[in-house]
Amino acid sequence: MRKLNLADLDKLLGALAREGRVYAPFRRNGRTDFAWYGAAGEPDLENYTVKAPKDVLFPQVEPLLEFRQEGRRLALQAAPLPQGKVIAFGVRACDIRGFAVLDKVFLQDPQDEYYKARRDSLTVIGLGCSEPEETCFCRTFGLDPARPGADVDTWAADGCLYWDARTEKGKALTDALGGSVPFADAGEEPAAVARQAAALRDRWDKLPLHGLHFDERLAAQELPAFHSPVWEKLAPTCLGCCTCTYVCPTCHCFDVRDEKTGPFDTERYRCWDSCMDRDFTQMPHGNPRKGRLERFRQRYMHKLVYFPEDHEGTFACVGCGRCLKACPVNLNIVKVERALAAELADTAKEGSE
Amino acid sequence: MQKIEELMREKAAALLQDGTADCVLAWRRGEFPYDHATAVFHTGEELEELTYDCFCPANLAKYLIQTSRAGQKAAVFLKPCDTYGVNQLLKDHRIRRDLVHAVGTPCGGMLDIRKIRAAGCRGIVAIEDRGGDVAVTCAGGPVTLPRAAVLLRKCLACKGNDYKIADEEIGAKQAVPQAPADRFAEVEAIEAMTPEGRFAFWQQELSRCIRCNACRDVCPACSCEQCIFDHPGSGADGKAYADASQEALFHVIRAFHVAGRCTGCGECGRVCPEGIRLDLLNGKFAKDINTCFGPYQPGEDAETPAPQFTFRPGDPDPDTAVRNEDRRDGHA
Repeated sequence: MRKLNLADLDKLLGALAREGRVYAPFRRNGRTDFAWYGAAGEPDLENYTVKAPKDVLFPQVEPLLEFRQEGRRLALQAAPLPQGKVIAFGVRACDIRGFAVLDKVFLQDPQDEYYKARRDSLTVIGLGCSEPEETCFCRTFGLDPARPGADVDTWAADGCLYWDARTEKGKALTDALGGSVPFADAGEEPAAVARQAAALRDRWDKLPLHGLHFDERLAAQELPAFHSPVWEKLAPTCLGCCTCTYVCPTCHCFDVRDEKTGPFDTERYRCWDSCMDRDFTQMPHGNPRKGRLERFRQRYMHKLVYFPEDHEGTFACVGCGRCLKACPVNLNIVKVERALAAELADTAKEGSE
Repeated sequence: MQKIEELMREKAAALLQDGTADCVLAWRRGEFPYDHATAVFHTGEELEELTYDCFCPANLAKYLIQTSRAGQKAAVFLKPCDTYGVNQLLKDHRIRRDLVHAVGTPCGGMLDIRKIRAAGCRGIVAIEDRGGDVAVTCAGGPVTLPRAAVLLRKCLACKGNDYKIADEEIGAKQAVPQAPADRFAEVEAIEAMTPEGRFAFWQQELSRCIRCNACRDVCPACSCEQCIFDHPGSGADGKAYADASQEALFHVIRAFHVAGRCTGCGECGRVCPEGIRLDLLNGKFAKDINTCFGPYQPGEDAETPAPQFTFRPGDPDPDTAVRNEDRRDGHA
């Protein structure tokens, strides 16, 4: 393992920026979010970001096609595949699992070419957590926040950034950085990193969600879950906004839209969409989910039931806790899961009596 | 505030029991000390989960649209500032007065969990509102913060502790959290900028928009049956645009649309995940209306029509009025 004085973080980011476009957490206006290196703000390795970095693979808006009417002809021009290396820096364990969830969607047959191109050109530099928040519950999904599991894992501890290149991509990037970054050798298992991990475990046990378990049996309970009275209890005050969807590292629905860009020109692009949205899934007769309850139910059924059904039990949730912080009216997946699991357990008990 | 919460439970139970209300709009206790969800209660048994303290900032008025539309009689607990929203919805004919039972609920100012986090509180386990200060228990140890430093922005310019509509009141009125700040001070600071500076400010703010629509969906003045921005036939139903400047247009159009009906409840600014100062955009309109037509507070009552919706001889031309005001202030 290597290490770098945190005072040299700018040097590291500058050197990374020579290897590819760098996407990293920056703080501006009192908020931290992933942004492209070179934008305003200070790099921030302490605070959690408002949004997940999923847009590095799945941008909110992505052009697909341009078409121009030329007399009686229509000239089509597909948007070129994204090119060039990209380095995501400071990605936590939860968001790295988020990428893995997106992979299951976009890389399954038929592969999404745009996503695949971005994925192939992406090198992920993970960041070990030191101070999880009360909203964090990545451990519910078997993750270890102290071990991000990226191409390169890093830890900010005792004034240094510890650097562990784990994969071929990570090692190649480390080699390419060469002498431009003042790395020092840090031995096999630096004490500072081990101390941070131990402190994290102690801290974790004090947090309110430390024992949270998501019930795997929900995936086998599709119909009872669908018809559960829980939805009638929780859905009525959902605003139907897309905040939870858009901060989520695993929500991946998109819409394809055409926008006229000139008298004879149109651009086709895709953009994030949300099942919470009233005009989601427009079929000839409109949205099949007519009301708030149906739309609210869809989002959580997808995350807790349908996705695990289709993907060997993997929940479409990674425990990043962003939706717990962002919901304007404090509804979220933890509350839904608890209510649903409790209700189904009660039903099962009644059934066996 | 423990006592108010108990009064609310008793009141809610009585209103459901005697048929005054088919449902009760209030808050349900959360996972953490601060994340109480807005909730609809239908039975006495559920009321155990009803809670109320300094983390109930949400304005429940907007939910009255759906209860009214469903023909349900709804009892709703309203903080003084929330009552403006109810009046405005009545004025806009979005809710039925006979289906609303308004219960005035005292408020001593709501706290902002984002400010508490920004003050360095991580891994929050407990929060105690001690009046003058707020004691936060974090995984790393206790932190004490002055209450004034963590009040929600909207509470810094509190409109006062009077209920503008209430069928009954519970508990004793609480003092306004602090001497209210000038509501338009920040708007004036933006007016004082150069046009380039102002453009840069708004570009900086609005470029962060992720089009989650939370500002619109929480807004009691945004009460259309279907928003033009969601209507597939409108030609304006963007979810996100390839051209980012259109994101800004969404907010500008919305601000025009709610002008004269926006009560200044500040919910748009509170709910924005990106912390965009939408309240300032609406505040500018409120200030200009005051300048052009004299003081007007939407939601003060349920009858007085907004100045833009009435013609009075002597009404100034808005453009001229605002320019004259600018000249008086010494701007170009």
